[in-house]
Amino acid sequence: MTVQLLKGNVAIAEAAVRAGLEAYFGYPITPQTELLEHLSGRMVELGRVFVQAESEVAAINMVYGAACTGVRAMTSSSSPGVSLMQEGLSYIAASEVPCVVVDMMRGGPGLGNIQPSQADYFQVTRSAGHGDYHPIVLAPASVQEAIDLTFLAFDLADKYRHVVLLVGDGLIGQMMEPAEMPEMRPIRPRPDWAITGARGRSKHVITSINLTAEENEAANRRIQARLAVIRAHEQRSVEHYIEGARVLVIGFGTAGRVAQSAVKMAREAGIPVGLFRPVTLWPFPEDRLRALVDDGVEAIVVVEMNAGQMLEDVRLVVGREMPIALHSRLGGAVPLPEDILKDIVTVAQKLGLAGPETVR
Amino acid sequence: MRTVVYQHPQALENISTHYCPGCTHGIAHRLIAEVIDELGIQEQTILVAPVGCAVFAYDYFTVDGVEAAHGRAPAMATGIKRSLPDRIVFTYQGDGDLAAIGTAEIIHAAARGENITTIFINNAIYGMTGGQMAPTSLPDQRTTSSPFGRNPAIAGNPIRMTELIAAIEGSAYVVRRSLHNVREIRKAKKAIKTAFRVQQAGLGFAMVELLSACPTNWGLSAPDALKWVEEHMVPYYPLGDYKVLDAVKALEDRE
Ligand SMILES: Cc1ncc(C[n+]2csc(CCOP(=O)(O)OP(=O)(O)O)c2C)c(N)n1
Ligand code: SF4
Repeated sequence: MTVQLLKGNVAIAEAAVRAGLEAYFGYPITPQTELLEHLSGRMVELGRVFVQAESEVAAINMVYGAACTGVRAMTSSSSPGVSLMQEGLSYIAASEVPCVVVDMMRGGPGLGNIQPSQADYFQVTRSAGHGDYHPIVLAPASVQEAIDLTFLAFDLADKYRHVVLLVGDGLIGQMMEPAEMPEMRPIRPRPDWAITGARGRSKHVITSINLTAEENEAANRRIQARLAVIRAHEQRSVEHYIEGARVLVIGFGTAGRVAQSAVKMAREAGIPVGLFRPVTLWPFPEDRLRALVDDGVEAIVVVEMNAGQMLEDVRLVVGREMPIALHSRLGGAVPLPEDILKDIVTVAQKLGLAGPETVR
Repeated sequence: MRTVVYQHPQALENISTHYCPGCTHGIAHRLIAEVIDELGIQEQTILVAPVGCAVFAYDYFTVDGVEAAHGRAPAMATGIKRSLPDRIVFTYQGDGDLAAIGTAEIIHAAARGENITTIFINNAIYGMTGGQMAPTSLPDQRTTSSPFGRNPAIAGNPIRMTELIAAIEGSAYVVRRSLHNVREIRKAKKAIKTAFRVQQAGLGFAMVELLSACPTNWGLSAPDALKWVEEHMVPYYPLGDYKVLDAVKALEDRE
């Protein structure tokens, strides 16, 4: 492995190829189109499947079909396109087949803009389509992490036969950073549940219908049991400057990365503050967060590029008494480290952890 | 000497279906199963079932099957066929599925020349949801959502999907048949067989539209429903071959 200068979207696309992606279906939308463009060449070169679909609705249903045959299948899009994929995601989750979806979020609602945003947090973590389930959601904060999480996404999808979403934004997708790209992995054999034509075995059927309430409740309980296992084993997060932290800054993806600079500045000013960056948005890394809170966190600053969607998950973990300040930018605006720092200082001052003159 | 006059097709499960008495979905299933048997492709065929009365089609065929969301069967079939190019993939879709919610998917599958086979059941109504107007309902046809009869000025005009898809570059074999009498049923079977052979030969997208009866939602007896197909549907949806590539004709000549 050598370090290369890589653009986020291209890095994810190439990582998917090397993780054994066999079938990609997509539809162009900014800010993730380079993903589709890269794959349009690479997949064909390698004799793998690439189709530019007529819509995101079709793309996710092509993924559904391909995933039923047991190949590693993926699509990518951005917020308005992911809205259109909700139908397919729900069916895929119900059918218990694996798939990977990349969502490079942009400012909404509606057509909004193509600036970096985290406003799809509810859409991706709550259910991604109708019915009772959560997809697994991974949120990288750098190009290297995007590559690593792309590999992980396929492995988790296979392991749990579940939908995995990799969520970033235009910043992650468009920036260039030095990163290491792992070697090409061999294509894994098709799993034995796949739809391949019933040669030498009884037929397989993949369906999401369970007509009676009893049958459907049983199917739902099976999904919930699997989600419970995922919840117990797959929580992931990253921490910075956490030693002795009494104020905790929490942010994911781009917001977490910007917040890291603010936390560094605050530490340099002597404020006992640390950064907690969720990497899995579902399952939310609640066990680790709870442990940190038990270790003496007295206040929290949540930084998000939305109106405070993740804050609701934080609140569920820390309870009603914990003071939480929200630093929120909307509609495609990215927070600045200096502005986050101001909020950290205000919170620290209230707790008596910083004097009036701490930061000019 | 004994002659076999009836045999249960291998490709059909030996169970009774949930279709209403007099419904032609059952005939269509039987024809497809006979074709699968005759072509010897049971172990390599994959069915993409629709949403509509045929939602449980995968229960009736002895082949691998998947269930698509309403209208999305051609997209799912695309994903399957591209991932398993040497298997035989067919969609089975009603008019609500194929001509309303799934119009984009079927047109683009045809435009890509997707090497799949589509069996399109046109019964001019939404059966499963209880008899609402379909894109294929005839002018003046009464349904639960066109209680005064379909008025094209309000409800739009019926869509002739076969004509539409035949006009698309990429479709190889697009024909309309009917299930209202034995003669037409025989022709329908021949067309279904050709549509599967087109896929075997890799010639592109093949679709057979089958004019079908929904006695339940039309409020007619089974025989009257077949008569209604003949007297009302056939004139509006003329039977015939709308697109047959020369390469397909060559296949048929070899038959
Ligand atoms: C997204 C979505 N919209 C609506 C429905 C409800 N629905 C189920 S079947 C059907 C119509 C089926 O009609 P058709 O395709 O003509 O098949 P038929 O039942 O007549 O055989 C509708 C509207 C659905 N299941 N999913
Ligand atoms: S409702 Fe109509 S299409 Fe559906 S099974 Fe009954 S007769 Fe057939």
